[in-house]
Amino acid sequence: MSNLRLWINQNMGVLLSVCIFALVYGLYSFLHPSGGTGKIFIQNSNETFVLIMVAMAQTVPVLTGGLDLSVGAVMTMSNALASVVVNGSPAEIFFGMFLCVAVSAFAGFMNGCIIVYGRLQPIIVTLATGAVYIGIALFLRPTPGGKVDGDLSFAATFDLNEIFLTYGWDIPKWFEGSIGLIPTPMAILVLIVVVIWIPFRSSVTGRGCYAIGSAEGAAYMSGLNVGRSRIAAYTLAGLFAGIGGLYLALQTGSGNADVPQAGAYTLNSIAAVVIGGSSLYGGAGGVIGSIFGAMALRSISFNFRVFDADGPFGFISDPLLQPLFEGTILLIAVSVGAARVFQVKNRLKLFG
Amino acid sequence: MTFAFPQIDKPIKYALGFIALILIIGTVYTLITQGTMNFLSPNYLLQQLQVASYLGLVATGMMMVILLGHIDLSVPWTLTTAAMVATAVGGDMAIPAGLLTGLMVGLVNGLGVAFLRVPSMIFTLGVNTVLQGLMVIQTGGFSPRSEATPIMEYLASSSILGIPTSLLVWLSIAVLIIYMLNKMPMGRYIFAMGNRESAAYLSGINTRLILIGTFVICSLCASMAGILLAGYSAKAYQGMGDLYLLPAIAAVVIGGTNILGGKGTFAGTFVGAILIVLLQSVLSVMQMPEAGRQVIYGCVIIGMLLVYGRGDKKES
Repeated sequence: MSNLRLWINQNMGVLLSVCIFALVYGLYSFLHPSGGTGKIFIQNSNETFVLIMVAMAQTVPVLTGGLDLSVGAVMTMSNALASVVVNGSPAEIFFGMFLCVAVSAFAGFMNGCIIVYGRLQPIIVTLATGAVYIGIALFLRPTPGGKVDGDLSFAATFDLNEIFLTYGWDIPKWFEGSIGLIPTPMAILVLIVVVIWIPFRSSVTGRGCYAIGSAEGAAYMSGLNVGRSRIAAYTLAGLFAGIGGLYLALQTGSGNADVPQAGAYTLNSIAAVVIGGSSLYGGAGGVIGSIFGAMALRSISFNFRVFDADGPFGFISDPLLQPLFEGTILLIAVSVGAARVFQVKNRLKLFG
Repeated sequence: MTFAFPQIDKPIKYALGFIALILIIGTVYTLITQGTMNFLSPNYLLQQLQVASYLGLVATGMMMVILLGHIDLSVPWTLTTAAMVATAVGGDMAIPAGLLTGLMVGLVNGLGVAFLRVPSMIFTLGVNTVLQGLMVIQTGGFSPRSEATPIMEYLASSSILGIPTSLLVWLSIAVLIIYMLNKMPMGRYIFAMGNRESAAYLSGINTRLILIGTFVICSLCASMAGILLAGYSAKAYQGMGDLYLLPAIAAVVIGGTNILGGKGTFAGTFVGAILIVLLQSVLSVMQMPEAGRQVIYGCVIIGMLLVYGRGDKKES
């Protein structure tokens, strides 16, 4: 029993974000005429995947007590690059995808190196490198357009069965009705978590990220390689953001170096991380919470589409109200999280 | 401990040197292409100072908050909201109404950060979105039809004895800020809290009041910038503040203010704002495409910080 209680205490943030997501998305599925069907799941997961990746990217630097203001820019750069290189023969497509992710990871690596070896603050470094990456994106794609391989777009943005159909393979019988119905972006997401995040978190470098976030001096004194963990955190951020940008290119079939969009993704990623229960001071939280945080954030805007415009709550469906509701919900979410402040008797404990 | 005296310290020296470098490169460029020295003409420089005063005002407020170790991401829509409210109210009450908007936003930000202890970055981000939402409802997502009042236009774009009035507005606010930072208890409290908030609290400073006051100053500066900008372009429009957030932070940091708080000078912010406006202006005169401008802009910030903004060598 006490183990269960401990586990719940430790994962309070994640559980809260799961609850918010279940509530908001449940409401949406209930109100939508074809809510809960595969088609809607696929559509929703396509719309959410990029934000999920950017939120995951933001999480890792936040764990170290830093912040990456360039995630939106790296995402945009990868998106622009994908619209140039992801087409042609299968080998070229494969190489192009690899290039997008590799360039983005390198961008993150550069962030990490400047922060660690330049001994500068992450906020301001990533603010500046963000401008550089946006510049590169604009250089690659001055006007929206470009071409992304159509087959790959189809395969990546439907369910798993679609991959078989697109490339003319036979679908195994046991697969078609069960696993095959899973939306491809969700499958990719699970793959990324299992192959990249979980091994990283249990590695010395990954646990070092948590240690730096909670007490950098102690981490250094215990012999952890602080610099390496920090560089790894920003590299991983670049990698995740790059996958997000690549997917955005597959989803839209083209590239767009959209500067306001990059900024919006960066800010939303911070919001998703906070809703997901990670501490902005570092040391606590994780990618899983951010995934649900991002999904909760996106589900809120889904709801505005399905409210009956003539019903008692019809005024909510007005699209003009959407930014207000998003902001209010974000404020309420962080304020509820701050309720513990009023239980603290010694105000000295409030100063981090 | 560094006070905000306008003494020449390292960041300001480098920033001034860089401003000279920008002007030299720009002048060489115009000499070659047009055979003129536009960049050194008093008219051009005064015009740049006028443009810099909008950014400078935002940066001045932002610096107060950064000195505390916080940040205010609600500046873009505080600026826009103040401009929209001011033009909508119109008449004699336009400017007070705009400033009142700023005061309210600052109070909300300050209360959230001081009492709920929500990290300022996320709280002001939420406030920014709420303000955006309110203005979208108010205007239906379009530019409001109302126009700036004559007083706003006068403050923003005319000049007294050749000196732009917007620059005078910025400088008079700057004098107040410098006086506050150096001579008033509140200034000392801000530096103390930026260095160690718990120590400031233990020595009897009303830290919550200082937090709220500082956020109010920041929002007031942003709303004043919004009022001037609305006067400059004769009306308010959606997204008019979006171009001011990141350059303002960059101006503060290039001027030598520590992003973690507790250290910085107003003179640095002043020079930083002028540097950024000049850099943008010269690059656009040189017809540098947007891509190149962004890359150079980012590299300049990193480069300048690598020269003088590095942390201590020993681990914290």
